[in-house]
Parts: sequence; structure tokens; C-alpha cells
Amino acid sequence: MTAHFRRRGAGAAAKFSPAEAGILRQAVTEVMELLGGPEAGSDDPLGGLGAAPEPSTDPVLGRLLPDGYRDDPESAAELRRLTESSLVAEKVRNAQAVLAALPEAGGSVRLGDDESVEAWLRALNDVRLALGTRLDVTEDLDIAEDIDGDPDSPRAYALVVYDWLGYLQETLIRCASVAG
Amino acid sequence: MTAPVLDPVQRPETAARRDPPWITIVWNDPVNLMSYVTLVFQRLFGYSREKATRLMLDVHEKGRAVVSAGSREQMEHDVARLHAAGLWATLQQDS
Repeated sequence: MTAHFRRRGAGAAAKFSPAEAGILRQAVTEVMELLGGPEAGSDDPLGGLGAAPEPSTDPVLGRLLPDGYRDDPESAAELRRLTESSLVAEKVRNAQAVLAALPEAGGSVRLGDDESVEAWLRALNDVRLALGTRLDVTEDLDIAEDIDGDPDSPRAYALVVYDWLGYLQETLIRCASVAG
Repeated sequence: MTAPVLDPVQRPETAARRDPPWITIVWNDPVNLMSYVTLVFQRLFGYSREKATRLMLDVHEKGRAVVSAGSREQMEHDVARLHAAGLWATLQQDS
């Protein structure tokens, strides 16, 4: 997996193999489904007036939608009630931006402006947060060593994907930093 | 140390001091890229590259950094924006 972004005009461009496109689309779709699907969340300011959503017991959802207060469950629930729906809607929108721009059969992706670069950066980050949480990634992780330990395992495969997604995001960050 | 002698005239100021500002804290996590965290600090708060990098290094090395301070409402807004960007942030009263 070698696809990466290069600067192109005010934005960025990348070329994905069919396999790379399939992997990224699947990972993004899984995050979107976890958040509740394409229709999840709402930007309606009155959408937050219902019952307070419960903090998730799924560690991935817990990382994507964390508590805003550390030692104050009541305030955390209140903030969740006010902000979670629009937060979910925004994450789903970013995921859909990736799915809309990335052809299923692979090929070129052109991100022409700051807005689309930002949507991709955030969607890639959410996918890495989800995968990193599932894989119990720690600061001390040596990806190459971990993969060598059992190269044919599903974990090794997931780590290769995780490593590539980090590379892909890093190259897009470089484009974004220059574009301002 | 000695206890301060309270002058009634100074009460309002003293009362204000008893109500410390709220702060937004970003916590270290093993997934977010250092370059991404720096970019988010620059974009969300308008911080210079230097300041954003210093805060990112604090998060990375000390486990946390205070990235903004102000009213509770402002800090709730900042925390929501940081969560939208995928950073792990909380707010609390400064102590």
C-alpha cells in the first residue's frame, strides 16, 4: 500500500489502486455505520433537546465521541446532549466526502480546496482512531516488529492498513500545512 | 505566609478571583499524529506554528496541555471543536 497525497494547486491529489480504494472505502464505511449510518446525527439546534445520549460502552465510539468532562458525569451528559448529534453529523459528512471522491475501482482523487482537504484529514483521523483503538495501539508499538511476530495473522494485516493510513494522512497534512 | 486582610472595598475583586477561569485540556493519545495535532491547534485557535508545536510537544511528553482558557461556555465550544477534529479534550475549572 503506497498511495499518498501530493500537493496540487491549492489542494492535493492522490492515486489509489483498486485494492487501496476498497480498503479505505470499507474502513470509512465501517466508521460511518458505527456512528449510526449515513442519516445519523443532526445539525438541528433543537435536536439536542431530547434525552441525554448515553456514553457508549464500545471503546471505539468512546474514543470518537469522548466525554467533555473528566470527573463530572452530570456535566459530561449535559454537554453530550447539546453537542453529540451535530458531532456525529459532522463525522458522517466527512466520511461521505471520502466515499464520494474515492472511486470504488480506484484511480485519481483530486481535493481542490481547503474544505475537502479538511474533510479528508478528519475522516482519515477518525478511521485511524477507530482502527488504533481496536488494535490497542500504544505509544510503544513497533509496527514492523509486531507484524513480524505473526505476519499472516489478521492483526498483522490490520496493522499494515493502519500504518498506511498514517502515511496517507501524513502526506495530506503536508499539503494542508503549505496551503495554510 | 500570612492571611490576607480583607478590605470591604476589595471584596468584588476577591470574589471574582474565587471563581477561577475554565480551561480546555488536550490529553495524549497514541494514535493522533504529531503533525496533525499541531495543525489542529493552528487551525482552531489561530496559534503560530511555534506555539502550536510547543503545545503539541507538551501533550506528547507531559501527557496533557492547557490549550485555551475562558468562560465555561467558550471552553465547551472549544472541546466540541477539538472532538470534531478527533483530539481527546476535556474542560475543567482551573485550580
